[in-house]
Amino acid sequence: MDKLLTISGSPHIHADESVKKIMYSVIYALIPAMLVSLYFFGLDALRVIAVSVIACVVVEYLIQKYLIKGDLTINDGSAIVTGVLLAFNVPSNLPTWIIIVGAVVAIGIAKMAFGGLGKNPFNPALVGRVFLLISFPVQMTSWPVPKPLFAKALTDAVTGPTPLGALKDELKKGDTVQQIMDHGIKFIENGKEVVYHIPSYMDSFFGDMGGSLGEMSAIALLIGAAYMLFKKVITWEIPTAYIGSVVIFTGILWLIDPSHYINPVYHLLFGGLILGAFFMATDMVSSPMTRMGMIVFGLGCGIITVVIRLWGGYPEGVSFAILIMNAFVPLINQSFKPVRFGKVEKKK
Amino acid sequence: MKTFKLGGVHPPENKFSSGAAIEKLPLPKRAFIPVTQHLGAPAALVVNRGDEVKTGQLIAKSSGFISANIHSPVTGKVFKVDNVMDVSGYKRKALIIDVAEDDWEEGIDTSDDIVREITLTKEQIIERMAEMGIVGLGGATFPTHVKMMVPKGKTAEYLIINGVECEPYLTSDHRLMLEKGEEILIGATILMKALGVEKAMVGIENNKPDAIEHLSKLAKEFKGITVHALKVKYPQGGEKQLIKALTGREVPSGKLPIETGCVVDNVGTAYAVYEAVQKNKPLIERVVTVTGHAAKQPSNFLARVGTPIAQLIEHAGGMPEDLGKVIGGGPMMGKALMNTEVPVVKGTSGILLMQKEESKRVAVKNCIRCSRCVGVCPMGLEPFLLAQLVEHQLWERTENEKVMDCIECGSCQYTCPSGRPLLDYIRLGKFKVGQIIRSRGKK
Repeated sequence: MDKLLTISGSPHIHADESVKKIMYSVIYALIPAMLVSLYFFGLDALRVIAVSVIACVVVEYLIQKYLIKGDLTINDGSAIVTGVLLAFNVPSNLPTWIIIVGAVVAIGIAKMAFGGLGKNPFNPALVGRVFLLISFPVQMTSWPVPKPLFAKALTDAVTGPTPLGALKDELKKGDTVQQIMDHGIKFIENGKEVVYHIPSYMDSFFGDMGGSLGEMSAIALLIGAAYMLFKKVITWEIPTAYIGSVVIFTGILWLIDPSHYINPVYHLLFGGLILGAFFMATDMVSSPMTRMGMIVFGLGCGIITVVIRLWGGYPEGVSFAILIMNAFVPLINQSFKPVRFGKVEKKK
Repeated sequence: MKTFKLGGVHPPENKFSSGAAIEKLPLPKRAFIPVTQHLGAPAALVVNRGDEVKTGQLIAKSSGFISANIHSPVTGKVFKVDNVMDVSGYKRKALIIDVAEDDWEEGIDTSDDIVREITLTKEQIIERMAEMGIVGLGGATFPTHVKMMVPKGKTAEYLIINGVECEPYLTSDHRLMLEKGEEILIGATILMKALGVEKAMVGIENNKPDAIEHLSKLAKEFKGITVHALKVKYPQGGEKQLIKALTGREVPSGKLPIETGCVVDNVGTAYAVYEAVQKNKPLIERVVTVTGHAAKQPSNFLARVGTPIAQLIEHAGGMPEDLGKVIGGGPMMGKALMNTEVPVVKGTSGILLMQKEESKRVAVKNCIRCSRCVGVCPMGLEPFLLAQLVEHQLWERTENEKVMDCIECGSCQYTCPSGRPLLDYIRLGKFKVGQIIRSRGKK
C-alpha cells in the first residue's frame, strides 16, 4: 500500500458552519442599527463604536498573547461583536477613556477571566455596560438629543432624557400618563427652560429619541434580527418569550390603570428591549440549551425587566434582567431537559 | 409530507451515482471471506485449507442464536485460513480462496426469471433465510431470521421496508429499487408471510421520485403493500426514526422496535430474501456504490462478497491521485478504512472516496453553547453535555443522561460550529457505560 489513508471516526463530513461565520452573521445583523446611530449621532457614534471595538479586540489580544500565552482567537469575530454591543449600550457622548474601561471589564473580566469564548457565564458586553453604569452614573445617563444628519437642530438642548427615564420621574411626581403626553416635561438646562415631549410611535419606531447608541431604532434592529433568524444564528424562543412577557405584563397593568402605566407599545419601543431581546439575551454562550429552557429564560428576562422599569431604582432594566437570568442558566439547563425520543413514562 | 419530528440535519446529498445502472463486477482473482460479517457470534468454518468449493456452497456455519451462515461467493480452492483486516480495522479470521471458473452449487436458480408464487410456509421461509445466511443489508447486518421470530407476548402489525437511503452519496438501494422493484416487493410479501402481518409500508425519501413512482406503480399488484414518500431528512433511515415517520409510534428507550408492532427491513434485505426463498440463492453478492468527490466514475456494482475494495475502485475509473480517505459506507455513519485491500462483506453498502482536503477534520474550538447539537439530535439528547461528562469520566451521570439511547448518527458532530468531536466522546461513553451495565447484570 503506497498511499497512507486518513482514519477517523464518523461523521466524515461537516456542515459549512463555524464560530467565525456565526459571529460575522451577528456583526452583519448589527449594521442597520449602526447606520441609524451614525445618522442620528454622526461622528460621535463612529468614535464610540470604533473605540469600543478596537479596545475589545486589543484587550483580548493582549490577554491571550501575554497572560494566557495560548491560541489567538481574535479573528473569530466574537470580540468585535462584544465591542459593537458595548458601544450600542452607552450614550454617544461617553468619554473615550470610559469606553476603554468598559471594554477592559467586558473582555478582561467577563470573558477572558472565565476562560474565553464559550466559558463566560454572563454576557460580556452587558457586564461592561452595567459596570460603567454603576461606576459612572452621570456620564452613563446623559443622553445627547439625536440630531439627524443634514437637519437643523430642532431644540437648543444638547442632552435630554430618555423617554422611559422621563416618564418614570414624572409619574413619581404624581402626574398621570395623559398629562405627561399632552404637556410634555419641563426641565432646566443651562439656565433655560426646555420642554421635552414623549416621542410618537413613529419617531420611536425609527429611532428619533434619546437613548443608548444602538437601542433606538426598532426597525433597524428588527431587520438585523430577521437576518439572524434567517441565518439560524438565533432561534425564536428567547425573543418571543422575552418580548411577549413584557407586552403581556405591562399590558395587564395598563388595562387596570392606564393613567399610571403607559401602554405596552411604548414599553416595546422605548429603551433597550428589542436590542436586548434579539441581540443579547440570545447570546449563545450565556443562554440555556433547550427549547423549554430558552422560553423560561425569556419569560424571566421579561418579568424582571418590567419589575425594574416600573418599581426599581433604574428607569431601564433590560441589562440587569438579562444578567440576572444569565446566572440562572445552569439551573435552567439542569431543570429543563429536551423531549427525549421514546421517553418511558414513569409509572405512578 | 411525512417525516420524523425530533432533530435531524440535511447534509448535501451528492448522489452522483444515482444515474449509473448496476454493473456486474468481474470476479476477483483471490477472495477474502471473513467469518464475521454479521452481528453476533462468528460463523464456524466447515471447510479446510486445500478444499475445493463451489459458488454458493456453505463454508461457515452459524454458531449461536444470533449468528449467520456464510457461503462461498466464488468457485475455487481454499488457499488458507488467515487473519485478514476487515472493514472494522481489526484483523479477523477469514477464508482466502483462489478463484477459478464460476461454477454454482446445484439447485440455485441463477436466471433472471421472476418467480412470484410463494410456496413455502411461514416456518420454511424463516428456516430458508437462516440457511441462506440472510442478514440486514442496511448496515447493521442483524441476522434476518432472528428478526422474524417475534418474541412471545408481542405482535407484529407492520412490516416496514426501508428504502430511505438517507446517507449522502449512497445510491445502491436507489438503483436496486429501480432495477429490481418487483423482486423487492415479492421479497416484502415473503417477509410479511414470515412475520404474519397483513400490512407493509415502503418508505422512500422524495429525492428519489423515480423510485417512488416505480414502486408505487408495482405495489398496486401486491396486497397490503403501500409506498410512502418521505421528506428528505437525515437520519430518516434509522429504524426508530423511520417507524416514527411512517406510523407516528415511538420505540421506547432501551426497547426493540417490535414494541411498536413494527419490523424494519432494508430494500436490499427484501431483495436478498426474494433470492433466497424463490431462487434458493444464498447471500453472496450485493450492490455496492463507489462514489465521492475523488471517484473518477461514480458507479454501482453488483459485487461478490470477498472482492477486495481496490478492485471496485479500479472499475470505477481507477485509484485517484488525490485520495485522502476511503470510507466503507456513507459519510455520516461509515467507517474509515485502513487500506483498500479490505474485502466487500455483506454489510458493505458503499465505498466513498474522499479527497485529501475534505478528509481533514476542522479545527476544534471551545464549545460556544450554541445548542445546535441539542436541536439536531434525533433522540432528544444533549450531545454537548454527554461529551463533557465523558471528558470528565462521570459515567453515572453519562448513563442518566441516556447515552445508551444514542444511535450514533453523527448529526451533532456534523453540525457543531466549533468542530468538536462530540460523537467520539459519546461513543467512548457508550462503550464505558455499556461495560458498567453488563458488569451490573453479572452481579
